[in-house]
Amino acid sequence: MDNYLTLLSFGDQGWGDEIAWGVLITVSLALATLPVGLFIGFIIAVAKQSEEWTLRTAADIYTTIFRGLPELLTLFLVYFGLQIGIQQLLKAVGLGGAIEINTFFAGVIALALVFSSYASEVFLSAFRAIPKGQYEGGYALGLRRGRVMRSIIVPQLIRIALPGLGNLWMILIKDTALVSAIGLTDILRQTGVAARVTKEAFLFFGLAFLLYLVLALISSIGLNRLEAYGKRGEQVR
Amino acid sequence: MSVADTLIKAQPAPPDRAKRWTTARISGTILVMFWVVAAIGLVFYLYSAWDIAKIERYGPKFLSGLWTTLSLVGVSIAIGAVISLPVALGRVSKNPVISRIAFAYVYVFRGTPLIAQLFLIYYGLGSFRPQLEAVGLWLFFRDAWNCALFAFSLNTSAYQAEILRGAIDSVPRGQWEGAAALGLNRLQAFWKVILPQALIVALRPYGNEIILMIKGSAIVALVTVFDLMGETRRAFSRTYDFQAYIWAAVFYFCIVEALRNVWNLLEARLTRHLKR
Repeated sequence: MDNYLTLLSFGDQGWGDEIAWGVLITVSLALATLPVGLFIGFIIAVAKQSEEWTLRTAADIYTTIFRGLPELLTLFLVYFGLQIGIQQLLKAVGLGGAIEINTFFAGVIALALVFSSYASEVFLSAFRAIPKGQYEGGYALGLRRGRVMRSIIVPQLIRIALPGLGNLWMILIKDTALVSAIGLTDILRQTGVAARVTKEAFLFFGLAFLLYLVLALISSIGLNRLEAYGKRGEQVR
Repeated sequence: MSVADTLIKAQPAPPDRAKRWTTARISGTILVMFWVVAAIGLVFYLYSAWDIAKIERYGPKFLSGLWTTLSLVGVSIAIGAVISLPVALGRVSKNPVISRIAFAYVYVFRGTPLIAQLFLIYYGLGSFRPQLEAVGLWLFFRDAWNCALFAFSLNTSAYQAEILRGAIDSVPRGQWEGAAALGLNRLQAFWKVILPQALIVALRPYGNEIILMIKGSAIVALVTVFDLMGETRRAFSRTYDFQAYIWAAVFYFCIVEALRNVWNLLEARLTRHLKR
């Protein structure tokens, strides 16, 4: 038992600090992906409602592709693809040498691609839930398109989209575990290294499992609060 | 008094107003062009990178990897469906202990990454090798494919239980009451009245779950199972040729799209009596 406590302690003897660092990486990866994914997802959702068939088609192709590929494959495609692509580009310009892409950066891009294509569907169905009269009322008041979107539509949109986006956030946290495959030192990577070094695989992978569970618990509590906050203006029935 | 004495001849329809080049139209055209160029580039790349030696060498391996992926997903979905039934019934149970246990089961498997579950089972259970050998389970858990099957079955059973629970909840209570009025007991009512109606509601989420499993199954490549992703990684590490990943993307994309379309047809067929 003492043995296990030493293994999990912070400092030279234990793996506590390495794993804490892994938690930090996992959380910051998810937090860095979120705004990027939300932004792209929102743009895609707006494009999907456009009267221009070209915009709609382009947006549909985007979501079809990134919802059809496994997340792990998307990650590898981004990581190796960008690396090879940039190398070819540099070779063409006359610069040589190996290029290594930052794994965190590749992780954010790959996860944002996946997240945004799912988020666009959530935003789209939320857009459809807002009556047309809301837009018309805004235009009747003489507001410009951007202003109608910002002041009238988006506040209602967020409230409707919140449960769906909350689910996507939980999925995002779980998907961050995949970046350990390209060597980013997240929870799973750090516990995996600890397991290999100490030969206590069950202890460390069990710890990773619990850490993810705790992250999910914290998220679901936070999301419930957020949803309650979003609903505070609604009638209590 | 004026009377029209000539008829105005039928006029041709006014010409279509010239479509203006709005920002949306310009950007939409550029984006569609981008996808078209990307598609042509992809075909051109695969054509120019076509190397018959590599295709002959790795093509059959890709196909066997594809079979591994499909069989793994198929078997685990089937086992998961069997496990999900009692879990879903536990979730809707009025007994608080049973329903809490079922909820905890579902929450744990849905709250953690599949890859963490897989690692815990594949690497973690190795810590209990003597105990497992004593009960004779070590032969099962020694094999990565079995571990993946075990992890996937438990994982998908939690998701399927939630789907099933939602579907059972969506059947109106009057159906239970009607069945009871006809003299069916609860078990008969569940099998013959509730479940058939619930499964129609559950059809679409089930399709999504199968697609998620096919995509999620790519992670078994990390525990040395040579599924489609595993064969891809092996081919890439030997040849350092990026087309391996492109081919994998094409394969996965085709499976998912085919499944999605087949499922749409299936759903249209099974719900044709509900169309108005």
